[in-house]
Amino acid sequence: MTALDDLKGKYLTAVAAAADEAALEEVRLAALGKKGEISLKMRELGKMSPEERSTFGAALNALKDEIDAALRAKKAAMADAALDARLRTEWLDVTLPGRPRPAGTIHPVSQVTEELTAIFADMGFAVAEGPQVESDWYNFDALNIPPEHPARQEHDTFFMNRAEGDDRPPHVLRTHTSPVQIRAMMEQGAPIRIICPGRVYRMDMDQTHSPMFHQVEGLVIGKDISMANLKWVLEEFFSAFFGKPVKTRFRASHFPFTEPSAEVDIQCSWIDGQLRIGEGDGWMEVLGSGMVHSHVLRSAGVDPDEWQGFAFGMGIDRMAMLKYGIPDLRAFFESDLRWLRHYGFSALNVPELAGGVAG
Amino acid sequence: MKFTLSWLKDHLETTATLDDILFALTDLGHEVEGVENPADTLGAFRICRVIEAVQHPNADRLRLCRVETFPNGPGTAAEEVQVVCGAPNARTGLVGVFAPVGTHVPGTGVDLKPGNIRGVDSNGMLCSERELMLSDDHDGIIDLPADAPLGARFIDYRGLNDPMIYVKITPNRPDGLGVRGLARDLAARGLGTLKPLETPEIAGSFPCPISIEIDADLKTKAAPHFTGRLIRGVKNGPSPKWMQARLRAIGLRPISALVDITNYFTIGLNRPLHVFDAGKVVGNLHIRPATEGETLLALDGKTYALRPGQMVIADDNGPESLAGIMGGEHSGCTEDTTDVFLESAWWDPITIATTGRALKINSDARYRFERGVDPAFTLPGLHLATQMILDLCGGEASAIVVDGAAINTTRRYKFNAARTGSLVGMDIPEAVQRQTLTALGFTLEGTQATPPSWRPDVQGEADLVEEIARVASLSKLVGKPLPRTQAGVPAPILTATQIRERAARRTLATLGYNECVTYSFIDQTSASLFGGGSDAVRVDNPISSEMSHLRPDLLPGLLRAAARNQARGFMDLSLAEVGPAFSGGEPGEQHTQAAGILVGHVAPRDPYGSRRPADIYDAKADAEAVLAALGAPARAQINRKVPAWFHPGRAGTIALGPNTLATYGEIHPKIVAELDLKGPVMGFTVYPANVPQPKTKTTMRPALTLSGLQAVERDFAFVVDTGVEALIALNAAQGADKALIESVRLFDQFTGEKAEAQMGAGKKSIALTVRLQPTTATLTDKEIEAVSAKIIEKVSKATGGTLRG
Repeated sequence: MTALDDLKGKYLTAVAAAADEAALEEVRLAALGKKGEISLKMRELGKMSPEERSTFGAALNALKDEIDAALRAKKAAMADAALDARLRTEWLDVTLPGRPRPAGTIHPVSQVTEELTAIFADMGFAVAEGPQVESDWYNFDALNIPPEHPARQEHDTFFMNRAEGDDRPPHVLRTHTSPVQIRAMMEQGAPIRIICPGRVYRMDMDQTHSPMFHQVEGLVIGKDISMANLKWVLEEFFSAFFGKPVKTRFRASHFPFTEPSAEVDIQCSWIDGQLRIGEGDGWMEVLGSGMVHSHVLRSAGVDPDEWQGFAFGMGIDRMAMLKYGIPDLRAFFESDLRWLRHYGFSALNVPELAGGVAG
Repeated sequence: MKFTLSWLKDHLETTATLDDILFALTDLGHEVEGVENPADTLGAFRICRVIEAVQHPNADRLRLCRVETFPNGPGTAAEEVQVVCGAPNARTGLVGVFAPVGTHVPGTGVDLKPGNIRGVDSNGMLCSERELMLSDDHDGIIDLPADAPLGARFIDYRGLNDPMIYVKITPNRPDGLGVRGLARDLAARGLGTLKPLETPEIAGSFPCPISIEIDADLKTKAAPHFTGRLIRGVKNGPSPKWMQARLRAIGLRPISALVDITNYFTIGLNRPLHVFDAGKVVGNLHIRPATEGETLLALDGKTYALRPGQMVIADDNGPESLAGIMGGEHSGCTEDTTDVFLESAWWDPITIATTGRALKINSDARYRFERGVDPAFTLPGLHLATQMILDLCGGEASAIVVDGAAINTTRRYKFNAARTGSLVGMDIPEAVQRQTLTALGFTLEGTQATPPSWRPDVQGEADLVEEIARVASLSKLVGKPLPRTQAGVPAPILTATQIRERAARRTLATLGYNECVTYSFIDQTSASLFGGGSDAVRVDNPISSEMSHLRPDLLPGLLRAAARNQARGFMDLSLAEVGPAFSGGEPGEQHTQAAGILVGHVAPRDPYGSRRPADIYDAKADAEAVLAALGAPARAQINRKVPAWFHPGRAGTIALGPNTLATYGEIHPKIVAELDLKGPVMGFTVYPANVPQPKTKTTMRPALTLSGLQAVERDFAFVVDTGVEALIALNAAQGADKALIESVRLFDQFTGEKAEAQMGAGKKSIALTVRLQPTTATLTDKEIEAVSAKIIEKVSKATGGTLRG
């Protein structure tokens, strides 16, 4: 048996010593090739007695397998080493920037409009729309603001040009989203539950005013809708919108289209010049509201003896400013790329209630 | 509406604090806009005495004063302070006003610190009236009588310790434009009791020499009631100090007793009055419409050209006063006035508003008459004012002259205590509700409520509820859940159009556009360049010439925005907007657009060569992506019928028949230059409403058929004239075998000098790849060859080209 041990030692050493694939192949041929030493030994088995054959044969097979395995292992190791050597030369600067991808933004007005739509939709409000050039009837008369009413002067209205000979009162750029109430009630009747977001126009431009801004109107008409329902709806809205419980405070006020009317403040605090909504014992006025005036219902073809409800209106841009800490209203409409990138929202950040509407 | 606390307390018996009153005012609907409390600003200034004033050792014009001060008030220990003072009247024994170190001096805006003036310590200040912002007087320091109480607060001594409150009165509450009206509201709230207002009847001792007559046409509506009387032998000097102090506190300049009294009634009782100098009135007074060519020099010093029909009070010489708006300068009262004609009248609000607006006069009288002064208080007001004139100016009153009568405002509404609960949702006992209405001046008889004459705003049942809820305080309102309209999961609420608008917006942002919101109105030049700018869309009273016309398209606003950004150094821009554009000036002549522009390069410089100029194919791809998001069919037509604001050779329209879905291309270089942009600029406008809505509303997709057979791709290159459009070749190839050809794609084009050198002048090469998808059996070479031949034939025929060898 020592002959086999010698063979084993000889070839395993040769495998280990093989410097490259060619040398390894030579070792394989010398040992396991057709005329290899192991193969020749195999042929000798036929001349042996059955006992010898069984012992020697088994040992020889084992040797053959062992050398074969050693050859394969060495070959794999050589391939790995070769790959490693290649990869060592394939170095890239991983600190280089990735390829540019476009990154657009959604304007805060659009984002906040979608946020409040998601919240009000959950409370059953549909979204109604209306024209931005309005007749003075829809913008004023139907809302209980007759031509000589002082409130009409306070609206800083933009009037559209009237052609010579056209004696109709000039159309206006709607000064609020309230005319949409009238249109929606005329189309759908009562009961109704809508919000009406959109652009509105006032002839006013200074640090805090823009001649165009955005409002959202809310309207609920039913059989037994009360101001207490309004308070609940607004508190639910503000809490969902700001992502924490927000209390409201109602203050008596006057709007021609509601009776009783209330201005609504939300709870807030100013700490070190920082505004925090839903904290502290300060109050900030955010919207006007009230129970829809019987004249308004009647103008829209809804019987005030049968139906009643509330309406409210608030500034969308203002809500965006409060929620996201945007300081200047006019910048909303200046399209400064730096502003759009800083205050804008990712395209896939779609407001919905399951994930929250916290921007 | 401005008033002072002491003025309020003339009408309201109360122990409430200033803060309580301020909260209640706001809570009742009279929002407090501001409070000026002299105790806050001037409380530290106390009366002092100069023990000795000597020459400053190092300065000719300065004096060194030893001042006796009483920091803890009169009768407490005195403290001597050394003050350097430059006032010429600083002298030994002067009693003046001292501000200690640490005081904020309102007139100079400076906080006093211990000082050293030319080597001498100075610890405080002897003040002038200007330093206290009481007047412009700065000739010397305040010089008080020797018996002024040393150590007393100057504001107490001078009667200035009276907080001024500024509230916003809503247009429905004319009664709130009088101090008494606010006092009544506060009393109803429970902040005290309303003091009774005694209205005397002052009998005249002689007939009024001036008679009055209201034009018959005016009496029925515009001027239903006029009362007046003469008071002779008055002395019109300055009004008393207390009255001057109140008027000054609310920003009115005291003029003379007679004029101050009219202002005092206007503010205190919402009872505007007018006083004529009777010596300058010629003949009688006639309330009549102005006639053509009449003018009036009013008390504001301006001459107004009156339009026929505007209501005046005239004597034999012509208009002396604009009724209810402003008196005339000619018959105005002066210090020389000895006989005064006092007017108390009631004018129709709409008439006053119309005239006031036409003449652009804003006066306290107009403001009140157009909101509605108490018609029942015309005559009592005359008596009360007579009383005050007699008290302050002396004289003798004539009999009263009257024309017309107070309008009858009596009306009744059903009072239903349950209505407060159903409308507001507050549970208030009926007795309390009745008490509130009574306190506000309503008369209750059973279930009928009659509003007081000073409340023109109350016009129905809901107004009664408002009064009750307002006085009870809406701050006590507790929210009540609004029941869902349906049980369970809310149904979707957005319309198909609204969903599209969102899809367009978010697609654009995904493609890299920064969404803008630009103004709906633009300048006429920009509007005209984009097919608008007509008179129909002109704003009559624009805020500036940059915002004069409704925009016909979103592109001009975006281009202007791009120009502004370029000016700030941002040269690569993708800006988009989704919003309204206006085709006319009638309601509804408005449609939604989704527009975008690309300026500069599509990517920043980077090591990989990503940077290249944006071109029309970027704009096209983005327009198509938006259309795809809106559900437009994939295979719309492309034509070259584009608006004039595009480059005529580099723009296209995506259409379905006559229906334009989108336009895209390079913006016309002339327009780019005109809008101060560095171009070129690519742009597109998508018209979401023109994309047809799906005919069926189903969530089901058609079944997917997948073939197990190998698809085959074959490439073809054609030489065609340079003017041949690729779409012709693509459509021709597609039509070669509709069953077998799954898709045709253009994958290369070879144009330009080199191409023409190879293929001949005026030629280019286009290369298509056609994908064949068998459905029944694997394609044989023969079949492929047959289809290829057909493609070559069709494309050659359609384009007039040949297969490139």
